[in-house]
Amino acid sequence: MSVSPGWYLGLSTVLFAIGTIGVLVRRNVLIMFMCVELMLNAANLAFVTFARTLHDIGGQVLVFFVLVVAAAEVVVGLGIVVAIFRRRASANADDLHLMKG
Amino acid sequence: MLHLTYLIILLPLVGFGILLAAGRRLGDPAAGWLATIAVGASFVVSVGVYLSLLGVDAPVRSYGQNLWTWIPVDRLQVHAGLYVDPLSMTMVLFITGISSLIHLYSIGYMKGDKDFPKFFLYMNLFVASMLILVLGSNLLVTFVGWEGVGTCSYWLVSFWFTRDSAASAGKKAFVYNRIGDVGFLLAIFLVWSKVHTFDYQAIFANIDKIGSANITAICLLLLVGVMGKSAQIPLFPWLADAMEGPTPVSALIHAATMVTAGVYLLCRVNPLLHASPSAELTIAIVGAATAFVAATIACAQQDIKKVLAYSTVSQLGYMFLAIGCGAYTAAIFLMVAHAFFKGLLFLGAGSVIHGLHDEQDLKRMGNLRAYLPITFITFAIGWLCIAAVPPLSGFWAKGDILDNTWAAHPALWAVGIVTAALTAYYMSRLTGLAFFGKDRWAGADGGPTPDAAYAHHADGHSSEPHESPWIMTVPLWILSFFAAVAGVMAISGSRFSLANWVDPVFGANLFHNNLSSSALWVLAVVDGVVAVLFVLIGLRLWSTRSERPALEASFLRGAWYINELYDTVFGRPSERLAAFCADVVDPKIIDGAVNGVAGAFRGSGSLLRRTQTGYVRNYLVGIMFGAVVILGFMLTRMWWG
Repeated sequence: MSVSPGWYLGLSTVLFAIGTIGVLVRRNVLIMFMCVELMLNAANLAFVTFARTLHDIGGQVLVFFVLVVAAAEVVVGLGIVVAIFRRRASANADDLHLMKG
Repeated sequence: MLHLTYLIILLPLVGFGILLAAGRRLGDPAAGWLATIAVGASFVVSVGVYLSLLGVDAPVRSYGQNLWTWIPVDRLQVHAGLYVDPLSMTMVLFITGISSLIHLYSIGYMKGDKDFPKFFLYMNLFVASMLILVLGSNLLVTFVGWEGVGTCSYWLVSFWFTRDSAASAGKKAFVYNRIGDVGFLLAIFLVWSKVHTFDYQAIFANIDKIGSANITAICLLLLVGVMGKSAQIPLFPWLADAMEGPTPVSALIHAATMVTAGVYLLCRVNPLLHASPSAELTIAIVGAATAFVAATIACAQQDIKKVLAYSTVSQLGYMFLAIGCGAYTAAIFLMVAHAFFKGLLFLGAGSVIHGLHDEQDLKRMGNLRAYLPITFITFAIGWLCIAAVPPLSGFWAKGDILDNTWAAHPALWAVGIVTAALTAYYMSRLTGLAFFGKDRWAGADGGPTPDAAYAHHADGHSSEPHESPWIMTVPLWILSFFAAVAGVMAISGSRFSLANWVDPVFGANLFHNNLSSSALWVLAVVDGVVAVLFVLIGLRLWSTRSERPALEASFLRGAWYINELYDTVFGRPSERLAAFCADVVDPKIIDGAVNGVAGAFRGSGSLLRRTQTGYVRNYLVGIMFGAVVILGFMLTRMWWG
């Protein structure tokens, strides 16, 4: 028995929604980061699903690119978070509103 | 040596260049000598060119020299060209000759001035410009010289610019000249639009293509131009104020040369004038009116230089009268004679002013013949010349003009002879007040000497008037010699005859009075009697007393209130307009527009800044919202597209 692609896409949608809501409602920078990762991987899941159903290897290739970019982004992003944490001893995103107009 | 014509201009220009580069290092008096030598060399070359021109045998002796193509643009081909004919040669000879003498004189007069080299720098540039003006073969080259002399005149009038009156007199001269220049420029444009050339000879060859109405327009516009330069009604008041400049400047620029540029220009375009009788009549009337008005003003002036300035305006009026009658040769004759005797009178006045430590008030002179004998003798020759006492040059020159006026416009002759009487009178008044009567100069009765704040020789002279050094009296002697004998140019058939020399230039455009010899004799006797009579009257009235209020009406002392009139008609309204612009247009309209634009941006910015909260979540909502909109759009295209 094989699981139909609809389930995968459904899971992907749920994960993306959780990630989006997490980014929007949470204040902790690290949690926000994890939510962004969640969104990225939801997209990856959709890519792999479509690659399987459409027999197009391009979708899977794209996943590798997303993983690489996500890794790089985490490196930079966590670096910034650590730097901010050192100065302010807080990881609250709302404390960082220097760009207020 | 006709091909060396360009040297006539180049030599003073080189002098100017050297003084510009090293004037301060040369200093006093080397800079003056250099300038004098430059102009003197130019005079020598002029004489050489003149002798060569005598050798040219043609209906009209002339020589053209194209130095280079100045403006090569499609149909507009303007050459930097020189044109030598008896008319321009006459101008060149007396300009360089008199300039050399006045440069020499200035070495003495300007001695000790802190800007001594700068003075000669301007003077050399002036001479070069004046020569460009008279030697130019087309209207544009002439215009370059025209503007050059105007600029030098401005610099030299306001030479002692730390004095308020000198600075504003310079500005006044410049503005009046600019008003005239507008007319000159419009005339040039009109000529171009009709015949597509600026060259004098080409214009005259194509005169039929211009059309008589346009010729009149060109002549009248040129008249506006020369009114400014030659100080004719209504643009004459600047010349009296121009006396703020050093006296050699007044002698050279505002008596002998620059102010006669207008007369020269009108003579140069004689074929145009001849084709427009109405323009000729206008010129004659303007000339006669100027001659008369200026002469009446000169009768009541108290400043020795102002009398001479108005006298210059009056004499220029005579020249315009002659041109208006078509008697170009007579105008040139008076121009040359006037250059000698008015240059002489101004230099004499300069010598008086120098001798009295910068005193210019006639009422504070008196009996100077005892202190300044050389100045007195030479000045007296100039005085009798301008008063037209026979047999001096003024008599012949003015007589020539009056004869032609009598034949052309008898009514204007009456104005002319009245002006001649006034001329004899006011010059005798000047001489009587300055050289006769009692000593009235400051210090004569042990009183204080005049203010020496601007004295350029406040170096411990005694307060008694003193004769000038040889460097100043030599030019006086030379000029008085020529002023006295210039009348020989009136003898027809002699080798000095001016008519033989310049008449061919004007050809058929020249007016011939055809008066019988008995009529000429009567006119000459009338001129002579009037001159002698009014010289005696003037001398008798003014050598005994210095105050005669009845003869010095305030209307005349105030120069017919012409300055006040211009102030009311043009000055005040312009000031009000300027004030309106400054108080209303600038703050309300200009600043309003600028501030309004700035305010609009500031207002919209303060509204929009609220969207920039600085919170990441707000931005993320925006991003998500945008993504949803784009996604929604794409879905609608997919399902219903």
